[in-house]
Amino acid sequence: MSITKTTTGVVETTKTNGGFTGAAANYIDERTSISTAVKELGRKIFPDHWSFLLGEVALYSFVIILLSGTFLTFFFSASMAPVHYEGSYVPLKGVEMSAAMSSSLNISFDIRGGLLMRQVHHWAALLFVASIGLHMLRIYFTGAFRKPRELNWVIGFILFILAMAEGFTGYSLPDDLLSGNGLRIIDGMVKGIPLIGTWISFLLFGGEFPGEAIVGRLYSLHILLLPAIIIALIAMHLLFVVVHKHTQYPGAGRTNQNVVGYPVLPVYAAKAGGFFFIVFGVVMLIASLFTINPIWNYGPYDPSPVSAGTQPDWYIGFADGALRLIPPGLEFVWLDRTWSFNILIPLISLGLFILVVLIYPFIEAWVTGDKREHHILDRPRNAPTRTAIGAAGVTFYAALWSTASSDIIATHFHVTMEGVIHACQFATIVGPFIAFFVAKRVCLALQKKDREIVLHGYESGRIVRLPGGEYIEVHQPVDEYERWKLVSYSDYKPLMIRPNDQGKITTGQRLRGGLSRWFFEDRIVPVTTTELEQSHGDHH
Amino acid sequence: MATDDNSGKDLTAADSGAGHDPANAGTAVVVRDAVDNPGFPPHRPRVTDLNPSAERRAERTVYTLFYLSIVGSVFAIAAYMAFPIVETDPGSVRLNNLFIGLGLALALLAIGIGAVHWGKALMSDHEGIDVRHPVRGSDETRARAVEIFAEANEESGIGRRSLIRNSLIGALIAFPLPAVVLFRGLGPMNENPSELLTHTMWTKGTRLAIDPTGTPIKASDVTLGSAFHVIPEGLQDLPSGRLEEKAKAAVLLMRLKPEDLNELPERAGWSYDGIVAYSKICTHVGCPVALYEQQTHHLLCPCHQSQFDVSNHCEVIFGPAKRPLPQLPIAVDSEGYLIAQSDFTEPVGPSFWERH
Repeated sequence: MSITKTTTGVVETTKTNGGFTGAAANYIDERTSISTAVKELGRKIFPDHWSFLLGEVALYSFVIILLSGTFLTFFFSASMAPVHYEGSYVPLKGVEMSAAMSSSLNISFDIRGGLLMRQVHHWAALLFVASIGLHMLRIYFTGAFRKPRELNWVIGFILFILAMAEGFTGYSLPDDLLSGNGLRIIDGMVKGIPLIGTWISFLLFGGEFPGEAIVGRLYSLHILLLPAIIIALIAMHLLFVVVHKHTQYPGAGRTNQNVVGYPVLPVYAAKAGGFFFIVFGVVMLIASLFTINPIWNYGPYDPSPVSAGTQPDWYIGFADGALRLIPPGLEFVWLDRTWSFNILIPLISLGLFILVVLIYPFIEAWVTGDKREHHILDRPRNAPTRTAIGAAGVTFYAALWSTASSDIIATHFHVTMEGVIHACQFATIVGPFIAFFVAKRVCLALQKKDREIVLHGYESGRIVRLPGGEYIEVHQPVDEYERWKLVSYSDYKPLMIRPNDQGKITTGQRLRGGLSRWFFEDRIVPVTTTELEQSHGDHH
Repeated sequence: MATDDNSGKDLTAADSGAGHDPANAGTAVVVRDAVDNPGFPPHRPRVTDLNPSAERRAERTVYTLFYLSIVGSVFAIAAYMAFPIVETDPGSVRLNNLFIGLGLALALLAIGIGAVHWGKALMSDHEGIDVRHPVRGSDETRARAVEIFAEANEESGIGRRSLIRNSLIGALIAFPLPAVVLFRGLGPMNENPSELLTHTMWTKGTRLAIDPTGTPIKASDVTLGSAFHVIPEGLQDLPSGRLEEKAKAAVLLMRLKPEDLNELPERAGWSYDGIVAYSKICTHVGCPVALYEQQTHHLLCPCHQSQFDVSNHCEVIFGPAKRPLPQLPIAVDSEGYLIAQSDFTEPVGPSFWERH
């Protein structure tokens, strides 16, 4: 390609080679400057690790949800107007139900591939929430939320909440018996909020529960407002990934100043692009083999019947479990108004839990005072207190979650309902403390083991008898690349609190000092070269 | 040794720059004699790099998978036509779902596995390196940004002209408020929620009818130990609002031995010959309390496991609910049908703020 300047000063390009592809590329570039994007991003390096795929699964399942959901909108009728079902599913023929339920049944029983798309949509939604959750756990336990990624943690966590909101609004759309009972529970919870609860319920449902408005309103949220916010936040989330460049696990040659991995073109285009099709294919396979949400078995919503073993989709379980855990009697009339602490306690506890998770990066940054950028991930054992806090959080969530199945547990294991609830109450309150203690000790023990391996090598299993008759096991030293993984981590010591310029120790300082001691008083320092040298000749 | 794919520079581990000022390290321990980064391990070639026949095999695998994907797509289209949904055959839905799905799954998985295999086995596996730069803008950039704001401030006078600034802030705060007010229309305009929640369809003389048929119930039909799911007679004939009324008026009717029934003195005469009627709507968050244990006379809410004792005026014996289920006072009319003596004497269903 050659560029000539004409007498008028206009830059003209002339095509000299490249054929059609070259001409097309030139045409587009002259109108979009796309070559700049290719130059910047085409060979961008991404590090490789299986745990980095979790976020990709979340992204891809969202794409699958958009594709299958768009198909469903062409057939779904978001109306609660009563109709008599006249579709192919014989047991419900002639039954009065909402147009929403009737159209959902038509998608399942009268449109070829309709049931498949419904099931793809539902399975992909479950995968979406699950993969975001696992992705968040990966970020948390490897410390990937540290500077400069704190804001991206916040965006990601909001996406997790929005994913659950999408799940709940979508799950309620068919207006079947099970989802209607879910809405009834939401209505009851909202009404329990002091001062505004009753009015919020009336605004939400357009009058008394269930009304004829809620499905249409949830539909607007489900297909318009929430997806728009999610897409905007995903765009920001990915933009930040590009700006920050991806984190990497500690490894020989990897530093805080480089990214080691494969380029976007061609390797990542093939692997990540291929992985999209694998995720889509697996969802498709599950949807073709396994039924999900058989609304035809539940029937249309009716406020009177309900089946035993009623449960929400799994990701709402923790909230349902929190409601079940409350002991009897926590509702009072005071100042001539009803205070429903049986609803407020779960709402407030879950709200606080969510808040702590949301701001955790800022708490840890404040405690360590570390303002450096961190691009090398922590192995979970190398941040024992953080890992232990995470284990406590996971235990708390898991205890609430299993409480949502208290009746199923009781009937399957032939134990009393009350016993299960009491066990779950115990697990929710005491479990996190046990998990914290155990996880922290396990981390410290693993760090000690790492030190041992670095200084004295692996146990080879080879027993040698020395001339003096003594038996020893030969230890095999680790190579320097393996050793680097075991010694390269950042180590913190507890904060020494000092008086400020006025000679005072502020409450904030004391709190920070206390937290810092709690975080870092038990620490195993990384092996140094001095220690390594001293240990030489010590390899039995 | 890996090289930077962008600039071709040869890089080794470097530990300086990129925001690594020890003054920023907080309580982190900076070790002087830390172990040195050994640099990149030697590259290990793959089988496909060393063995040409393995490379050819990998190539064959990849294109076979892509061809297989085409087969899957064609199969899915064929299945769409070959397995129609037949109204008289419930199993046809399953076959339609299964075979279209399997075809699509094959089409997708084969592309995915083929592409990943191509990337892993055949594309160059030499790792590249990008250099990181601190996320913050360079000092010059930041200085220029500050300068731009200062210029904009100077040229607009937003800092100086406080009346313009403050009135604009006020206007910007005020202008979304009408939009918030507009959402008042989500709820009914001329209704009082707590008033609506306090009343149900039951009135003096309304017959108790079977849910969902609407057949009135005679006291003699209610045998000992039985439980009926009840709606007010006439609910089915309402022109509108049937579900809203049912959500408040649903009742459970049970007959106990009179000696098992421990009635409150102020509710004497609310039952008839051991027959009692209680609201079916849980006082916790409003699920139907649908499970009746005949032997213990306990009612169980399947949503959150609140339990109510029918023999003791439905007081809560377990679970998160606080209030007993409201009792519907019943009697028998001249034809022997069960009727309500009045509406419930308190609001049914979940608690709400204005309830007292």
